[in-house]
Amino acid sequence: MVFDKMELREVEVWDGNFAAAQALRQAQVDVVSAYPITPSTPIVEGYAKFKADNYVEGEFVMVESEHAAMSGCIGAAAAGGRVATATSSQGLALMSETLYQASGMRLPIVLNMVNRALAAPLNVNGDHSDMYMVRDSGWIQFDAFNPQEVYDLNLIAFRVSEDHSVRTPAIVNQDGFMTSHTAQGVRPLTDDEAYGFVGAYKPMNDMLDFEHPVTHGVQTEEDWHFEHKARQHNDMMTYVVPKIEETFEAFEKLTGRKYNRVEKYDMEDADVAVVCMGTSVETAREVAKEMREKGIKAGVVGIRVLRPFPFAEISETLKGVKAVAALDRSAPGGAAGMLFNEIAGSLINADTKVILSGYIYGLGGRDLTKAHLVDLFNELQANADAGKILTKQQQFIGVRGPKLAYL
Amino acid sequence: MLEIRWHSRAGQGAVTGAKGLADVISTTGKHVQAFAFYGSAKRGAAMTAYNRVDDQVIMNHEKYMKPDYVFVIDPALVMTTDVTINHKDTTKYIITTHMSTDDLVKAQPKLEGKEVYTVDCIGIANETIGRPIPNTPMLGAFMKVSGMYDIEFFKESMKRILGKLPQKIIDANMIAIQRAYDEVK
Repeated sequence: MVFDKMELREVEVWDGNFAAAQALRQAQVDVVSAYPITPSTPIVEGYAKFKADNYVEGEFVMVESEHAAMSGCIGAAAAGGRVATATSSQGLALMSETLYQASGMRLPIVLNMVNRALAAPLNVNGDHSDMYMVRDSGWIQFDAFNPQEVYDLNLIAFRVSEDHSVRTPAIVNQDGFMTSHTAQGVRPLTDDEAYGFVGAYKPMNDMLDFEHPVTHGVQTEEDWHFEHKARQHNDMMTYVVPKIEETFEAFEKLTGRKYNRVEKYDMEDADVAVVCMGTSVETAREVAKEMREKGIKAGVVGIRVLRPFPFAEISETLKGVKAVAALDRSAPGGAAGMLFNEIAGSLINADTKVILSGYIYGLGGRDLTKAHLVDLFNELQANADAGKILTKQQQFIGVRGPKLAYL
Repeated sequence: MLEIRWHSRAGQGAVTGAKGLADVISTTGKHVQAFAFYGSAKRGAAMTAYNRVDDQVIMNHEKYMKPDYVFVIDPALVMTTDVTINHKDTTKYIITTHMSTDDLVKAQPKLEGKEVYTVDCIGIANETIGRPIPNTPMLGAFMKVSGMYDIEFFKESMKRILGKLPQKIIDANMIAIQRAYDEVK
């Protein structure tokens, strides 16, 4: 079957969802198996429309749940095809069992996760609860801060995930509504450039290769299970990281757009810094610039790759910074926030002394305003001036009612 | 930075209008952002949509906004919601209503002393497009009030954006845009 190519303008005005759908089209995904959920629905809807309009030569499998959606992806990936899907929140929760199957079976799949709060109370808006829930599921996790990055990281994710040294599924995160439903300028590649970058799918141990029969989804008890999991982790730590770096470099050569596992903004001489993810990174960058005009040397660190976690890069980046805030957009459930813990871990044995404080913010889509960030940078500067933390180690930003502070 | 807040009911096309406006502006080399507050997204529920326009890449993702323009595309929302929230002294209002500007300001004292323009986008849409979808006429009125672009350039741009619709509907939208441009006061 012959499919049509699409003429795109130099700058398109796309929201994050449509940017993802366009990237799936250009990657010529063989199978999308999906069950729709807000706010990720338009991604698979967009792909389905491209298929109906003859812009893709793939299969769209409609299933009865997210568990079945990922199961369909696993089957298709094991059969030997390029596979993708999208989900959010409760959909991801229902899918979570099968995420571990996909990574354990070393199947390259690209999952667009449009980050949304988890019920109860029910809420369709953006926070990072779903992203955090599957952070140890063995998937690579990229994080986009705007629609352009959603598009770019999808193309990058296929190339990394499908590489034969990697063979690990990848999630591309974007903020529900704040990115997924926010239209901004996106500079797309042509269909040929994009497909050329992702490359033709090269199967490995595919079940449809009848000349070389293989078994997928085996059982191992204490005899081999640990070795499998250790190998999976080893490959994350040793093969995935350089493959990501190499792919970021190739993408920069093609587009001029440079990605880093840790994104640093105004960090060269920063006294105070905020570490966060999603759209908050960009708002914080704008505020950091404004703080510099007021004489506070502010910087921002964005986590581009959450898994494998950029442990050494974080401690290197924060060297010389006096006070750092870790911003977690997920209810911590009786602990410090995830980023607080990861950053603390990366700093504890490093030759650097940083005052680290954690903040929970933005749950259920609660706005993170520039005014919040101004207060935050001022608080960090006060810590830096005092040479010690003047507040509790965990605070909340933007929640109504009495001030909450712990630890 | 130019900032616009739309007051609408879900289903009246504020999101499409905001995205369409962003698309037109983007073709002139400016940077744009268009987004909305959906809530539980029930048809008919009051909602807001937003535009940001700047010469620089737009980094700010906060939902909080002190708008330069407020568009109200459902007449009742002037009475049932506070369309003046987070306003500044220079905020301009373009409001869909069958009333005159004076009568509207008398009916809603919060608008007193503010720069208010009125146009009956619902009536225009009903008479031209045949459905009460007031988003494209509102943009016609905005072109007049702001003087942002020549109306012919704007209509040509909107033709491309509405490209997937039947020709009859596109033509009706062009008349609606022009009428709102001519009739806004």
